[in-house]
Amino acid sequence: MAMISDAPALQQPSEPAESAAAPSRMARYARPILGLLLPLALALGWELVVWLGWSNGRLVPPPSRVFATIAELARSGELVRHVIATLWRVGLGFAFGVIAGTMLGAVSGYWSLARRLLDPTVQALRAIPSLAWVPLFILWLGIFETSKVALIAVGVFFPVYLGVMGAILSVDRKIVEVGRTFRLSGPAMIRRILLPAVLPAYVVSLRVGLGLGWMFVVAAELIGASEGLGYLLLDGQQLGKPAQILAAIVIFAILGKLTDWLIEVAAAPFLRWQDAFGRAKGA
Amino acid sequence: MLALDRVSKTYPNGVQALSRFSAEIRLGEIIAIIGGSGCGKSTLLRAIAGLDRASAGTVTLDNEAIVSPHAKIGIIFQEPRLLPWLSVADNIGFGLADLPAAERREKVARALERVGLAEKAQAWPRELSGGQAQRVAIARALVPQPEVLLLDEPFSALDAFTRRDLQDHLLDLWADTRPTLILVTHDVDEAVVLADRVLVMRPRPGRLFDQIEINLGRPRDRNSPLFENFKRSVLTSLDRSLDRNVPDRDATQGPGQAMWW
Ligand SMILES: Nc1ncnc2c1ncn2[C@@H]1O[C@H](COP(=O)(O)OP(=O)(O)O)[C@@H](O)[C@H]1O
Ligand SMILES: [Mg+2]
Repeated sequence: MAMISDAPALQQPSEPAESAAAPSRMARYARPILGLLLPLALALGWELVVWLGWSNGRLVPPPSRVFATIAELARSGELVRHVIATLWRVGLGFAFGVIAGTMLGAVSGYWSLARRLLDPTVQALRAIPSLAWVPLFILWLGIFETSKVALIAVGVFFPVYLGVMGAILSVDRKIVEVGRTFRLSGPAMIRRILLPAVLPAYVVSLRVGLGLGWMFVVAAELIGASEGLGYLLLDGQQLGKPAQILAAIVIFAILGKLTDWLIEVAAAPFLRWQDAFGRAKGA
Repeated sequence: MLALDRVSKTYPNGVQALSRFSAEIRLGEIIAIIGGSGCGKSTLLRAIAGLDRASAGTVTLDNEAIVSPHAKIGIIFQEPRLLPWLSVADNIGFGLADLPAAERREKVARALERVGLAEKAQAWPRELSGGQAQRVAIARALVPQPEVLLLDEPFSALDAFTRRDLQDHLLDLWADTRPTLILVTHDVDEAVVLADRVLVMRPRPGRLFDQIEINLGRPRDRNSPLFENFKRSVLTSLDRSLDRNVPDRDATQGPGQAMWW
């Protein structure tokens, strides 16, 4: 769940305070290290407790056993198979969700008639807890890949849709007017004013959508799968292997963070103008 | 020549912001429009810029009716309105997208030099002070060489010192190509320093109340007695414009009168 809790809030970062000086190198690296202190201490403490024999660590295996499990899975080639299966599902579901969310969000944001037609329905659908779709998707699309990808796509769709629509609606009218005074054509207005203005909020919505994609892949794979990290979780539960469950959780966390970071890095060159973005990174 | 013929504007909510505003403005003339808050100055400027249509009356520039933004008309707002994702140089070159890159770069470099921000070419707008940002906005509007430049209280958000600096700077830039300047202000000092002619407006509905020619050579000495005289006459006119019982000097032709002879 780590990758969901640290997903950024949907709204754009607020105006940065001009006075806040650029953080020094030391401070930039010291902050994440400070954040690592508590989990590291807990892990080491637990390791020590088990090593001293105060607990057998059967239900809560010490870190060394979790990493041994990961290493074992990696050696047998199992790990790669499960990771690829899960990544593939998330990737596909994310792609579909982003495409649909972007297109419908853009239409709704740009064109008020479409918004009046479309938005109430989307908002109503959004009110349904997405996992409630699962039985229906299984009936419609079968128990295999299609229903899993569809579920993930649904999870990704809503934050992206809302993010794109909200971003377009909140583009500063005053800046659009600058485009008008320079007589930009419709396409030029979109390319030179709307797209750059919308980009920061769009990146945020992609990251939120990705976080939900990771949440939903777990749900999809718990429902029934023969491979994938979610399958490892379920398998670990049924066979009583907590180390395997923890191993899968650790890998989920790593993949979630990694993919989130990829979006951030890919977007960074386009968002250099926005100092709020650079500052939020360290948080 | 820019001709305003009985320009009126009633907003959809029923507010009559502007009523039968007429004026003829020669090429290269500097006009200051002054008047109380809410008397339709911005409405008038937006109609000239083609950003909003007048409900009645016409704006014509060199016999061409203005109904939408025009290449020969530039506008500077109270806020710089720079595009935050473009560097200072790219902001200045924003209106030159149709030019070949080399020519655009050259014009932008010259404009940067001219507004004294050459070393800020690659800075982001957020790194500029208020005065610097407004100078970039001025350069952005001037670099396509408009025939008419509209300014809507461009210096009112700046401190007094920066404001004076930019007033002088604006005159300096104006002298390069001598476009028509139409400057909305509520600062009497600013109007008298810059303008050839001051148009005083009165509110509810917004209309022309008075015109004062400023027959002073340039550069103007803000401390000369003559300068003080012009300031006083603008102030007097402004005071009278807020009094409901004084007739408009320009309104000799009411709606019916013209037909009577
Ligand atoms: N978009 C608008 N819709 C309705 N009323 C407006 C609008 N813009 C301005 N007004 C009204 O028109 C009048 C003139 O406004 P404005 O031209 O902005 O005055 P000024 O620039 O002289 O302060 C004011 O009473 C204002 O409330
Ligand atoms: Mg105004």
